[in-house]
Amino acid sequence: MKKPLISFDKITKTYITGPVEYQALKGVSFKIDKGEFVSIMGPSGSGKSTIMNIMGALDTPTTGKYKLRGKDISKYSEDELAGIRNKEVGFVFQSFNLLPRTTVLKNVIRPMMYAGIKKEEWEKRAVEKLALVGLVDKMDNLSNHLSGGQIQRVAIARALVMNPSIVMADEPTGNLDTKTAEEIMTTLSRLNKQGTTVVVITHEENIAEFTERMIRVKDGVVEEDKVKKEM
Amino acid sequence: MELAELFLLAIEALRRNVGRTLLTMLGIIIGIASVITIMSLGKGSTKSIVDSISAFGANVLTVSPGKARRGPGGESSTVTTLVSDDAKEIEKLSNVEAVSRVVSKSKTITANSESENVLVRGVDAVYSEIQSLEFLSGGFFSDGDVSSAAKDVALGDEVVEELYGIGAEEFVIGETIRIDNRVFQVVGVIKESGEAVVPVTTASSILFGQTHLDSISVKMIETDLSSILETEIENLLLDQHDIDEVAAADFNIRNSQSMVDTISSVTGTLTALLSGIAAISLVVGGIGIMNIMLVTVTERTREIGLLKALGAKYRDVLSQFLIEAVVLTILGGLIGMTLGILVALVASRAMSIPFVVTLSSIGLSVGVSVGVGVLFGWYPAKKAAKLHPIDALRYE
Repeated sequence: MKKPLISFDKITKTYITGPVEYQALKGVSFKIDKGEFVSIMGPSGSGKSTIMNIMGALDTPTTGKYKLRGKDISKYSEDELAGIRNKEVGFVFQSFNLLPRTTVLKNVIRPMMYAGIKKEEWEKRAVEKLALVGLVDKMDNLSNHLSGGQIQRVAIARALVMNPSIVMADEPTGNLDTKTAEEIMTTLSRLNKQGTTVVVITHEENIAEFTERMIRVKDGVVEEDKVKKEM
Repeated sequence: MELAELFLLAIEALRRNVGRTLLTMLGIIIGIASVITIMSLGKGSTKSIVDSISAFGANVLTVSPGKARRGPGGESSTVTTLVSDDAKEIEKLSNVEAVSRVVSKSKTITANSESENVLVRGVDAVYSEIQSLEFLSGGFFSDGDVSSAAKDVALGDEVVEELYGIGAEEFVIGETIRIDNRVFQVVGVIKESGEAVVPVTTASSILFGQTHLDSISVKMIETDLSSILETEIENLLLDQHDIDEVAAADFNIRNSQSMVDTISSVTGTLTALLSGIAAISLVVGGIGIMNIMLVTVTERTREIGLLKALGAKYRDVLSQFLIEAVVLTILGGLIGMTLGILVALVASRAMSIPFVVTLSSIGLSVGVSVGVGVLFGWYPAKKAAKLHPIDALRYE
């Protein structure tokens, strides 16, 4: 049996703010294989953002085991997690995706700077990924001169530039009109067909419809885990 | 990340807000500029004073009558024990190249129907060599003129200008002037002087009517051995004057080198003191930079969160913000240095002192700017680097 790419095993997360304890995740378990296109669904406060934070190595679980490519990273240090985020995860956020007043090219290059990749390769690799989202001609534009859809596509190109194990999109269409939202989801879908594992966190049904598997979360537990039939 | 990359990132970040960058740098600019200006002017005025003393003869000892005490005193004119024989004896010492007797008094010079009150000096012919006098025209009187008590005079160019007007240096040679109604013939014009110099014999016998000397100028061969020579002269004169105790000596010996040293150390201390005060503004500038960097870190919290999501480690964020602060201070330091040099240039012209900029002051200003940047950039940078990625990403 092949190892899953992502394995959540009875993960809990408790936030403590002063005297108040709040359990955001109450034992979440699921597995995601390489090449899947998954959406994590749920209303606000359901714990889906917490799942993304842990899955994206932005945070660690309180209890339980999180294995990424077979490695348990539940107890990694801040800097080790930064290394995982850099090499294994590509993020697309809802907003504030790009560095302000910085060119598209420099935005896409940034993860390679942290990875210590040779300077000579930066532009070649960045252009390669920008070609996938059709933005090579915008590469010298400043980030504040782009439309919402273009910003998300640049973010996708940047998420891909380190060839990560997984691309995580947190409400990637939250600030976009329906037509642009569909374009972005189509782009993600196309990338998935080319072999990239994509996880989308959303509260919108029509966005989740683009994915092949839906994990519904409610009140910190997985409510439903459903694989769509191939059409 | 490479240092060069970090510097580029820092410059990019600072260019996003040029106005604020300049205002932040202002403290450092003013601080560095004032330190550079003060150091430069301090060095310049020291050089100016030292030069003028050295021109007087760094290798010259001056023996004056009177108790050993600093500064000009009325006493010297009343002590009459320093005489020509003393000068003769000093000349016999080794390490002595030349000795000149000196008598001086203020006298009225009349010429060209103008009158001037001028310091008249009576000296030996070697005085010209001892004091390295330069002549605009003519020359000095000879040993023969001294023994025959010739009525020759070498006038300072300033005296000539007062009496005859500008440009009379050539014309005045061979002219006759009157000192206290005695007729003298002009033999030379001394550059940068306001005195009239005549043979010591003439001055003593005809003009002043005195047999004692007002001072003896001694030129030494080895300047390094000056303190030995001073002791020798001291012992010799004590012996000549039949005095047993050094404390009771009726003469004192001054060395122009020791005056140079004293003045250099005084101006050096003053310069250091003023630079220290100016350095306070550097500290204030540094605090300003810390303040702005803290604001910047807060403003860019979400950006920091994004960078962390992209894989920036503690060190990456720390060095980015630290280098941003250092670039701020280095730029400020360079601008301040340029400004300081310009101000020093203008001020030294206005004060007519030499313009001196040393490599050490440039090195100091660059070093201090980097130091201020690191010192005051550290805390904000650390604050940025310690942010938790999720808190930073969610920051509103």
